[in-house]
Amino acid sequence: MYAFDFVKPGTLAEASEALSHDGALPLAGGQTLIAAMKQRLNAPEKLVSLTGIPELKGVCAGDGGVTIGAATTHAAVAAQAAAYYPALAALAGQIGDPAVRNRGTIGGSLANNDPAACYPSAVLASGATIVTNTREIAADDFFQGMFTTALHDGEIITSVKFPVPQKAAYAKFQQPASRFALTGVFVAKFADGVRVAVTGASESGVFRWTEAEAALTANFSAAALDGLSVPADGMIGDLHGTPEYRAHLVKVMTKRAVVAAG
Amino acid sequence: MAKLTMTVNGRTLSADAEGRTLLSDFLRGGLGLTGTHVGCDTSQCGACVVHVDGQAVKSCSMLAHEAAGSTITTIEGMANADGSLSTLQQAFQDHHGLQCGFCTPGMVMSAAALLAENPKPTEAEVRHHLEGNICRCTGYHNIVKAVLAASGQDVSGVGIAAE
Repeated sequence: MYAFDFVKPGTLAEASEALSHDGALPLAGGQTLIAAMKQRLNAPEKLVSLTGIPELKGVCAGDGGVTIGAATTHAAVAAQAAAYYPALAALAGQIGDPAVRNRGTIGGSLANNDPAACYPSAVLASGATIVTNTREIAADDFFQGMFTTALHDGEIITSVKFPVPQKAAYAKFQQPASRFALTGVFVAKFADGVRVAVTGASESGVFRWTEAEAALTANFSAAALDGLSVPADGMIGDLHGTPEYRAHLVKVMTKRAVVAAG
Repeated sequence: MAKLTMTVNGRTLSADAEGRTLLSDFLRGGLGLTGTHVGCDTSQCGACVVHVDGQAVKSCSMLAHEAAGSTITTIEGMANADGSLSTLQQAFQDHHGLQCGFCTPGMVMSAAALLAENPKPTEAEVRHHLEGNICRCTGYHNIVKAVLAASGQDVSGVGIAAE
């Protein structure tokens, strides 16, 4: 990779200042960015590590929800969120492999918004709120297409606030080599309705399957999805699966998630 | 270049490192600890797994300066104090858990992390935990058997491979 300056601030204020300069990029767990930099797909002049800032780490529950610090690793979410939001913890425990989960963070995953990442589906289906160093962003406004988010340059995700649903589950059809989601569906049932978010399938990144949400709000059972289908238009086609295959998987995995949610 | 200090296998060591230096390169090139192997350099194969503050990480996907001040354990730190093989290492030998041996440092480090948090894993748990470690020789059976044996479990009835 190209040379860069590395800084590791100990406070959010210092990190914000360091990222206010052109050419600076935040570094979370690095499980995507470092690989991209090795390939010279990304070449920041300065990397600002967010892993040394205590206020960005941890899981805490309250007010009917759970808040997760942006620099909390997948392994920590899998362990510490299990008591508050089991479906979210289970999702975190399926990302990558154990060593990746010890470095990768929820904030890094969301800021990157890989179209096959797991976390965006949980955040969107839960109707979570992304908190940054300057504002709060609703999940419905945050994800803006493949590798694109509402974040401004230099803006830092500090935490994610999840309302905890009555029932929820994540069903992932895993790409066996990368362990990314070939298609993954997170279903969350709240008192006022059901939200369904799909990752890995669409060329537009994570999306809500609104027809399924309406059907499941009326009748929360896998059978409620029988008459629905997802068009293949706009689905990802690659060597792992055609657009038609992924469109089919969306329905299959949604059904599995509904059954798993109970 | 900036001086970088970390505690590796119980010794406090320092060397100069650029910001872009990977932990794997620092251990191998900076400190001369070539037991940590670099296989794919893309975070897939797991040959470079080391423990950073007790947690298994892929050292090819972590910047060396991220580990400043940390406590690192590499394969060179896994033997017993008298130089004999640790229980886990000995199990790899006893059960033929390696052929070419290139993946073995990462396998041992990942398995050691598993046994630290789950001292009596099931075969399925061992296989699941080693998802991020690729071996191109053994077909994994004897590696799994070695880890189970190292955990003190009877593997005589584990019919997963001929020895």
